[in-house]
Amino acid sequence: MGTSIYCREKHECKADGAEKPGCTPQYMRISSTAKHSNRASEQINRGALMGIAVQLKGLTKRFGTVTANKDIDLSIEEKSIHAIVGENGAGKSTLSRIIYGMYFPTFGEIAIHGRKVRFGSPKDAIDAGIGMVHQHFMLVPELTVTENIILGNEHARLLGKIPLKKMEGAILDEAGKSGFTINPAARAGLLSVGEEQRVELLKLLCHDASILILDEPTAVLTPSETDRLFDILRSLKAKGKTIILITHKLDEVLAVADTVSVMRKGEIVGTMPTASITKPELATMMVGRNVLLRIENPPSLPERTVLEVNKLNFRTAEGKSMLKNLSFSIRAGEIYGIAGVEGNGQSELLQTLWGLVPQGCEISGDIGLNGKSILGRKPREIAAMGASHIPENRHRHAVILDYPVADNLFFGRHRENAFRKGFGFSRKSMEENTKRLVADFDIRCDNPSRQPLGSLSGGNQQKVVLARELNRPGISFIILAQPTRGVDIGAIETIHRKIIEARMHGIAILLISSELEEIIALSTRIGCLYNGTIRHEFTLEETAAKRMDEDRFRREIGLHIT
Amino acid sequence: MLQNTKRFMTPFASVLLAFLASAAIITLGGRDPLMIFSKMGRAVFDSHYGLGQVIFRLGTLTLVGLAVAIPYRLRLFNIGGEGQLQMGAFAAALTGAFLPEFLPWPTASLICTLAGMTAGASWALLAGALKIRFGVNEVISTIMLNFIAQGITGYLLTYHFAIPSTVHTSPVSAGSVIPSLASLTGLFTSSPANASIVLSLGAAIFFHFLIFHSRYGFEMRAAGLQAEASEYAGIDTSRHILSALAAGGAAAGLGAANIVLGYKQYYEAGMTDGAGFAGIAVALLAGAHPLWVLASAMFFAILEYGGLSVNAYVPKDIFMIIQALTIFLVIGFNAARKP
Repeated sequence: MGTSIYCREKHECKADGAEKPGCTPQYMRISSTAKHSNRASEQINRGALMGIAVQLKGLTKRFGTVTANKDIDLSIEEKSIHAIVGENGAGKSTLSRIIYGMYFPTFGEIAIHGRKVRFGSPKDAIDAGIGMVHQHFMLVPELTVTENIILGNEHARLLGKIPLKKMEGAILDEAGKSGFTINPAARAGLLSVGEEQRVELLKLLCHDASILILDEPTAVLTPSETDRLFDILRSLKAKGKTIILITHKLDEVLAVADTVSVMRKGEIVGTMPTASITKPELATMMVGRNVLLRIENPPSLPERTVLEVNKLNFRTAEGKSMLKNLSFSIRAGEIYGIAGVEGNGQSELLQTLWGLVPQGCEISGDIGLNGKSILGRKPREIAAMGASHIPENRHRHAVILDYPVADNLFFGRHRENAFRKGFGFSRKSMEENTKRLVADFDIRCDNPSRQPLGSLSGGNQQKVVLARELNRPGISFIILAQPTRGVDIGAIETIHRKIIEARMHGIAILLISSELEEIIALSTRIGCLYNGTIRHEFTLEETAAKRMDEDRFRREIGLHIT
Repeated sequence: MLQNTKRFMTPFASVLLAFLASAAIITLGGRDPLMIFSKMGRAVFDSHYGLGQVIFRLGTLTLVGLAVAIPYRLRLFNIGGEGQLQMGAFAAALTGAFLPEFLPWPTASLICTLAGMTAGASWALLAGALKIRFGVNEVISTIMLNFIAQGITGYLLTYHFAIPSTVHTSPVSAGSVIPSLASLTGLFTSSPANASIVLSLGAAIFFHFLIFHSRYGFEMRAAGLQAEASEYAGIDTSRHILSALAAGGAAAGLGAANIVLGYKQYYEAGMTDGAGFAGIAVALLAGAHPLWVLASAMFFAILEYGGLSVNAYVPKDIFMIIQALTIFLVIGFNAARKP
């Protein structure tokens, strides 16, 4: 296991005192010292000899009347990367939280390294050598990397001095062994997302975790950071760690995992080595039916220019230049895809297009929508000019989670005359609107006029937003930012089809996505955004031709955006 | 559904538990709680005077409750009901005192009422302006504005407008007075209950419709739940902050109609007596729902007057304990319900 920076007194004090009142001998609480203690060796059963890191037997978890996990049997081998895939709501997160001790299973048994355990809290799981990197990182931005890692375990008396220098050395050491670089003195708030994630991983390694659970680790990473993460995971595996990867991205599963378990509706529908399965097969298992991974994209016949961005410059309040002479145009009936690594000006472009520029930012150049400038206008005025925006962060910007589905289906469009009646809204036209959109976009919900939007799955929430925006009267231009982020495969298909449909109706669409696959599948033309400017643009003909060989096209785009 | 039932039960459970706790305290003090409660009940419900007192308090408490409840919909915590009521009462009293005697009844009292509402609204708007312009937390600014209101009214009263050797202004013109319920109906004799109760009830109903059934309310609640999403949807959240605070301040200022025009007929130092702060309790117990504010104000009105009526047996502070305990329990239950 190597030397831990946490090798401190607790080893001795707990080694023989694992017995706690209320613990039956069979369900013994184990501590981080388990593998050092004599008692532990007696407890190892045949499972451990076969090298099973995590074994679940008949695991069921119910929340009230909802069964989130149903009768799950799963063996995760030691020294392997085991992926658990499934759509949103399939029960992956619940399962990982049970393993991590955040939830207590309703029925069933868990064995870690062959020993039955009952975790009362994540503390117990951590003591048993389990670590988890959550989807949302939990670092204190004001503290340095070292301080974050030792937080809660400072190796000093209450008023004593913390041996920071020594700690930094130990952390560098640990990082070096796992093959990644990090500056232990850097402030966490200044780190990139990829670096933050490495700090989280390092935290676990310094806690001597042998089983690492990663919940959607690539959701926030750029393609190159993803590759780097995978290299790290492979080297951790080589060092003997067991890695559990929770994800819904099938390409990644096939790229990095040894074994994959597919979950659907709370059950495990299959576990197999990744070498023996293809992506379409996995997708079918996940969704339970055949899905089109690639939507049909009929040729486009663009017409007049709708949006014209001309030499747009954006300077932040701190004086940082985020957009530099950015120019492009979008015609009616085409989808202009912007490919690029996050942080190259996408957010700034979106803010400018939707009239929500933070105070103190300087903007020059021009944006014309149907021949009229939109710079300096408010979102409401821009919307009135025939534009719509489907923002990147749906939860924060596009919906009111506590409002019922029906209200969200016209939120932002509530000023339209059709919905007005007296001082309030016309119940009749609201109901009509709801009924039509729910059917048209296949939005799955029980009672749209009562059910809060927040209770829907991510895919259905996004369908609500799309349904509302694509049906704006007199719309000529739509901004789509990350339209399928956090959306499951089944819903992606519907969403992509609706986007193509909108294009066929002559709407100009700006598509900004970090998924190159999505850009390639949907775009009519593609602009590669790098450092605030379009570095390269693929014409209509080029895009159509290159789409045939997706892998090659993806690599080619990759060259232009890094 | 279960969640809703729990939310619905919270205030009732809180009130019940608070009463049980106070019964325990009364018992510890050597009195029979049942006797005290029944005396209270009789004092309130068995006499016209008692009922009138409760109606009078209900009027003010409803309005100051609304003053907190409306901005609360936008997640703004208006602690300034007291200052807004004070400014409103002072403005209404002065307007009434300076209105010529020949102005007839409805006109004059309407002008005074509007003056009170305007003063209350402007006072609250100050906090709103500070918030949207400089990001000043409204809790702090409204608390501070309470002190300033206290200072301004105190100074103006003492040095300019008080009748010499008293602490009150000269009475309002005859046309500004809102008639008492006793003179209108013959009931509630000699109690301070007056016709302005209609305004209080009307305000609660008006705000209920405004918040839950109007386009304005739709936008306002959205802005309160998710300000950023509302900005994206083209809703001007700053304007909603201003208008909600102004509406709250106006509601508090309307309280002047009850305590000045309907009862005292002049402004007197200390006449608001912390009613504005009681509004916080009223709004919290009601879950910031305008119609429930009526029920919650009724509860506190009964408690307030009932407590006063048994003061000879137990100190009325016990009923302040009930009040405070109720709010603690509501907050506690709400916190416990959230995951």
